Amino acid sequence: MKKYTKSHEWVEVIEGNKAKIGISDHAQEELGDVVFVELPEIGSELKKGEAFSTVESVKAAEDIYAPVSGKVTAVNEELNDHPELINEDAEGKGWICEVELSDLSELDDLMTEEEYKKFIEG
Amino acid sequence: MTIFEKSVKGRKAYSLPEFDIPDVEIDIPEHLKRKEKANLPEVYEVEVVRHYTELEKKNFSVDVGFYPLGSCTMKYNPKINEDMSALFRWLHPYQPEETIQGALELMYDLKEKLLEITGTDDMTLIPSAGAHGELTGMLIIRTYHLDRGDTKRDKVIVPDSAHGTNPASAAMAGFKVIELKSSDEGLVDLEELEKHLDDTVAAIMLTNPNTLGYFERDIEKIAKMAHDVGALLYYDGANLNAIMGKARPGDMGFDVVHLNLHKTFSTPHGMGGPGSGPIGVKEHLKDFLPVPVVRKDGDKYYLDYDLPKSIGMVRAFYGNFGVLVKAYTYILTMGKDGLTKASELAVLNANYLKALLREVYSAAYDEDGKRPCMHEFVLDGSKLLKETGVKTLDVAKRLLDLGFHAPTVYFPLIVPEALMIEPTETESKETLEAFAAAMKQIVKEAHENPQILKEAPKNTPVRRLDEATASRKPVVRWQKQ
Repeated sequence: MKKYTKSHEWVEVIEGNKAKIGISDHAQEELGDVVFVELPEIGSELKKGEAFSTVESVKAAEDIYAPVSGKVTAVNEELNDHPELINEDAEGKGWICEVELSDLSELDDLMTEEEYKKFIEG
Repeated sequence: MTIFEKSVKGRKAYSLPEFDIPDVEIDIPEHLKRKEKANLPEVYEVEVVRHYTELEKKNFSVDVGFYPLGSCTMKYNPKINEDMSALFRWLHPYQPEETIQGALELMYDLKEKLLEITGTDDMTLIPSAGAHGELTGMLIIRTYHLDRGDTKRDKVIVPDSAHGTNPASAAMAGFKVIELKSSDEGLVDLEELEKHLDDTVAAIMLTNPNTLGYFERDIEKIAKMAHDVGALLYYDGANLNAIMGKARPGDMGFDVVHLNLHKTFSTPHGMGGPGSGPIGVKEHLKDFLPVPVVRKDGDKYYLDYDLPKSIGMVRAFYGNFGVLVKAYTYILTMGKDGLTKASELAVLNANYLKALLREVYSAAYDEDGKRPCMHEFVLDGSKLLKETGVKTLDVAKRLLDLGFHAPTVYFPLIVPEALMIEPTETESKETLEAFAAAMKQIVKEAHENPQILKEAPKNTPVRRLDEATASRKPVVRWQKQ
């Protein structure tokens, strides 16, 4: 199940304490055509709420904030050659990195899909 | 068609006398020798001229039409500026000082005048353009703190409405950037600022008026808050055109004041310059200016390299000198009253255009038209998008069809579907009205036949370009197939 932040990132636990992180479909819609994604380094530590990546579109460059804390175990290298994956499938093939969560309870503060939908409509 | 495609073997645009110097064997190492011939186009002189004249005709410039590119101050550049800069074109940067006294005097006097306009105590004219000036200013701030032995200041505060170059320049100078949320009036939020201010903050970067076109009325309070925690205040000069002769950044409490001579002081710019981004500083920062500084000793002018605490050199030689001549000419031809009048008219033009457009577009944070702007304003295109599906990008492209340069779009980031419009003082009432009429026509088309806008531009040398592919897979130079 995906959880969302107010700054439009998503995080989804795939097994145990491993989770994938990306930006929401709404965020890619707002950004427009994505032209570059700065990926974090494998092994680096993300701290909840701190910027860990930058997504550049034809309109703007936006910082991406870590929805949870944890260690980066994999990054989506496909984005280097195909940043458009974020536009095509932000919440699937357009994932940015995989992390080992250091504190599962951080997920509790985030919004469910339904809550996030309400948040962006409001 | 490129000039290479027009090339025909054997054609040339020159005719040289017969070569009568005997061949000499020079010992050039093998790896430095050219392996294949330089691939130069072979064309007659008339073809060269026609080719480039044709390209020039496809260009849009302020000499061709209205260019309301917000934040860029695309004012008309008087032709006398070009004439004056041509007088200096035979100078060489390695000439001895005594042979270039006139050029040095010009730089010295330009600096004196800019010091008066900005309310600062000393200045470097060297930085090549806006962002280079920003970096120079940030390096001065960094060096100042380090010189005092204050090593913990690693942060620079930048508002969320700032020019993108501000956070970039701060980061390049080694600082962490803290983004400051604007208030619901589109100004610096003092409470929010208070939260970030402590002894780890090196500087706050602001522009006044800000990018939304509003004057930061709490600027003196902001300066005091910054100085109370030992931080400096940096002025981005992009919007100086709104306040010349009316208010001085130095008097507002700014410690470092940046200028864009290529915007405010009427020198050509866009697409790579050359620009000029002088940095003025208050007394306590003088020692850190980049070298060389132009000084006067009696009747003699000289370049001073003897600043032990200087941040060093920021580029070769003394800046884009031709631009300095043009800016100096502008200041002398306008005079004090002329510069003040320019700012007054820039503000008046912006407010007139904002009022003309009110019927079809609302300006961000303008309190239903009751709040006057300074020299520019930002339209919010979200209503049009919601009602018609027409994006700001489509509106901008359609403007090209109607003979206008598009405004700045999608900036500042805090205004959705933003169109940032700066008419400048050099446009007539009729031009402003013609632009407003074009905008009204576009909004009408958006409701009646949005397809026209989605397909725009149709009347330009090239149709809508694929910006995404251009950014993803840029091809920046021609290559032989």
